[in-house]
Amino acid sequence: MKQLPSLASLALAPAPLPLIAAAARFAFNGVMRRHPELADRLGDHRAKTFGFDPVDLPFAFVIRPEAGAIEAVRRLPAALDAAASGPFFALLALLEGRVDGDALFFSREIEVSGDMEAILALRNALDDCGIDLPTELAASSGPLGPLMKAACERVRARVLERGAWN
Amino acid sequence: MELICPAGNSAAFREAVDAGADAVYCGFRNETNARNFPGLNFTRDEFEAAVAYARSRGVMTFVAINTFMRAGAEALWFQAVDDAVAVGADAVILADMGLMAYTADRHPEQRIHVSVQAAASNPEAVGFLADAFQAKRVVLPRVLSLPEVAKLTASVPVETEVFVFGGMCVMAEGRCSLSSYATGLSPNMNGVCSPASHVRYAKDGAAMVSELGGFAIDRFEPGEPAGYPTLCKGRFRAGGEQGHLFEDPISLDALDHLDALREAGVSALKIEGRQRGKAYVAEVVSTIRRALDAPPSARRAIVARLRSVSEGQRTTSGAYEKRWR
Repeated sequence: MKQLPSLASLALAPAPLPLIAAAARFAFNGVMRRHPELADRLGDHRAKTFGFDPVDLPFAFVIRPEAGAIEAVRRLPAALDAAASGPFFALLALLEGRVDGDALFFSREIEVSGDMEAILALRNALDDCGIDLPTELAASSGPLGPLMKAACERVRARVLERGAWN
Repeated sequence: MELICPAGNSAAFREAVDAGADAVYCGFRNETNARNFPGLNFTRDEFEAAVAYARSRGVMTFVAINTFMRAGAEALWFQAVDDAVAVGADAVILADMGLMAYTADRHPEQRIHVSVQAAASNPEAVGFLADAFQAKRVVLPRVLSLPEVAKLTASVPVETEVFVFGGMCVMAEGRCSLSSYATGLSPNMNGVCSPASHVRYAKDGAAMVSELGGFAIDRFEPGEPAGYPTLCKGRFRAGGEQGHLFEDPISLDALDHLDALREAGVSALKIEGRQRGKAYVAEVVSTIRRALDAPPSARRAIVARLRSVSEGQRTTSGAYEKRWR
């Protein structure tokens, strides 16, 4: 799985965290609202704190599903229940269930740490949800939904074309 | 030969059906099946929807209820069988003889398949299960060579099903105690081999160390392909040497032997992997379906790509081509 071009990473480096957090919250809230079954499959693990570190981006994310909270940070804090790191596209592909988490682990493209039950529950829950990011984002974009969906699908198609996703 | 495909959730189930499965096997969301992992498996409602989806496309559904009943808690296993029958499972895959007896007694019309967890690997054992509980098929352990599969298939009164792709387990399945030794939990009784609750990955410099139940079981240098954190795939030092004492982190791929298995009279080919994601299920099932429909000379090229999604990123034909002993 390809990494983001380093130019893209550099360009995002000065982006203020509140802006990144707002964008992430927009996507996260949309997914949680449209997929209540995610919490069901997570079971007790929904109360855990998860960290996601895209290794090709200058920031990371901390998520608490039960609280419906997502936070953008420069570095993941130590006080997490579980964490996963890997290329941004790999993490997005896992979110959409387009790749198999075990395969990414076997090839060492992603690394996991902390509470493996929580990580496994989240991976399995996401895999079943059928998350489609363009659709999720469009659903939260009001009248701009169709435009958002088309734009996201174009970006994803280009990523898929380049073999960077799966 | 039927192609029997795994599904750990509803999305993977639909992928398996759409990709060309003849039957999909799955389990309920509790300890009655040997893939009792967090976030995996089916509620009764999900199972009902899955069966309907499969049936509308002419595909069968098998239900793995293949752990051994806990004394005093048999009702959970009985309920799983009752639910599977009520919803219309085409077969239940069982390991516990007590549960086979219950099923044969309460649901005499229900088709019983003997799980690999029952470790029935000789004509006497298989014959007994067929005779006592009217089992119709046995899933053979991954410890038999091709000639042994052929000989057994010819000498038992039931159909045989063999694993052809996926996780490699060469232990006496249903009796392996390695996971219990390290964690107190086993696939046989609890449905979990090397449960995630007892797995930890630690950094040691640039290397990754995998631990199970507090035991360090392997160490992977950067970029080195990894395997599942099971004791049987661990690297240990013994007799002055360090290596994989039990087995390598490697996946089964018996697809070079399809014709031999067909000639042996095998009825069904099984893909392991209910714990894998829907992307894996879709890719593996569609690829193997293509390989089954292709001439033998074209098969190797078709399935070569599956190595990248396999444990340890390597594959073996395992005991089918037994070169030891």
